[in-house]
Amino acid sequence: MNPKRKQRLLIILGMVFGLGIAVGLVMYALSQNINLFFTPTQIATGTAPNDQFIRVGGMVREGSVSRDPTSLKVAFDVTDFDHNVRVTYTGILPDLFREGQGVVVQGRVHDGLFAATEVLAKHDENYMPPEVTEALRQSGQLDKMMGKN
Amino acid sequence: MAWQWFHQWGSPRWFYERAERWQFWAGWIALVLLVLGTVWGLAIAPVDYQQGHSYRIIYLHVPVAFLAQALYLGMAVAAVVLLVWRMKLADIAIQALAVVGCAFCVLALVSGAIWGKPTWGTYWVWDARLTSMLILAFLYLGIIGLRSAFIDPELAGKACAILALVGAINLPIIKYSVEWWNTLHQPASLKLTERPAMPASMWVPLLLNICAYYAAAVYLLFASMRTLVLRRERRAQWVQALVRAHD
Repeated sequence: MNPKRKQRLLIILGMVFGLGIAVGLVMYALSQNINLFFTPTQIATGTAPNDQFIRVGGMVREGSVSRDPTSLKVAFDVTDFDHNVRVTYTGILPDLFREGQGVVVQGRVHDGLFAATEVLAKHDENYMPPEVTEALRQSGQLDKMMGKN
Repeated sequence: MAWQWFHQWGSPRWFYERAERWQFWAGWIALVLLVLGTVWGLAIAPVDYQQGHSYRIIYLHVPVAFLAQALYLGMAVAAVVLLVWRMKLADIAIQALAVVGCAFCVLALVSGAIWGKPTWGTYWVWDARLTSMLILAFLYLGIIGLRSAFIDPELAGKACAILALVGAINLPIIKYSVEWWNTLHQPASLKLTERPAMPASMWVPLLLNICAYYAAAVYLLFASMRTLVLRRERRAQWVQALVRAHD
């Protein structure tokens, strides 16, 4: 490579490197704001703002879903296996909503209850045919696998 | 000499002549793999235990999202080549890559939104993965637009190269967004270093489609670059001879 090209290459690499550091620092500073949701532990410990519009993410706790038979009202616990948040919601839930499923709910904390205006299902990276799931469930492997995630 | 092939491929004429065969084969490979992978993925692969049939959109979404990022990476490499070696062909490559990459990026965003509605319950959410992918689309559009903002083509090429290079910082952000932050988008199911998070009956057709879209991108890229070479070199003797031969 001739010296002129080498110099240009060094300038460009320096530019990209410097910019990378700058963006990295900005991202680091913003990292709390970039997170889509708070965890139930953050709510329980008071890290999350009270009475403000926020999102909470976690698993729907097994056996915690209660539906009002006469309306679309539903209540359930969102858990990260350390703390729970009781969520109330009125509306249609996404297809993937079920106990043990990851969800992200949007709303605000009020009197210890989380009043949600939107419930989104969070899908994990695992894809399986139903027969495989059934076989795993019968052998007790499924819980082990899901617990890992 | 190790650099010889590099300078040869940098010659517009050399590229125009050699790329014809590459374009031909890439087109056929894309067509065969696309039919194979798509039929396999949409009709033969098993349904998912939770999402049912709607998961099948990954056979479009994952390949186009990969390509949108890979083509941007290619564009950043071409930008370095243009800025350091002042190679004409690199400028043409940036120009073609911006359009093809933009198309893939928009497809990834739209297919993701269509998948998001039944699966998550929303078309769009401002999480880190979706937002960084939207920024990628804007970068592509910016590079396409920036070129026409200059009268001097050489200046336009340089400006586009700098923007392409600066925007490359977005690529690691897209890739690691699902690991660094809490996002609604799930982490990658296919990784180079780990076993896929799905059975072979699902990932084999996906892999076929990924290869198919890569080949399709090469085809589109070379077709567009060869046209751009002809237009830029329209005053060169070899192009004039080519035109006369076709008359």
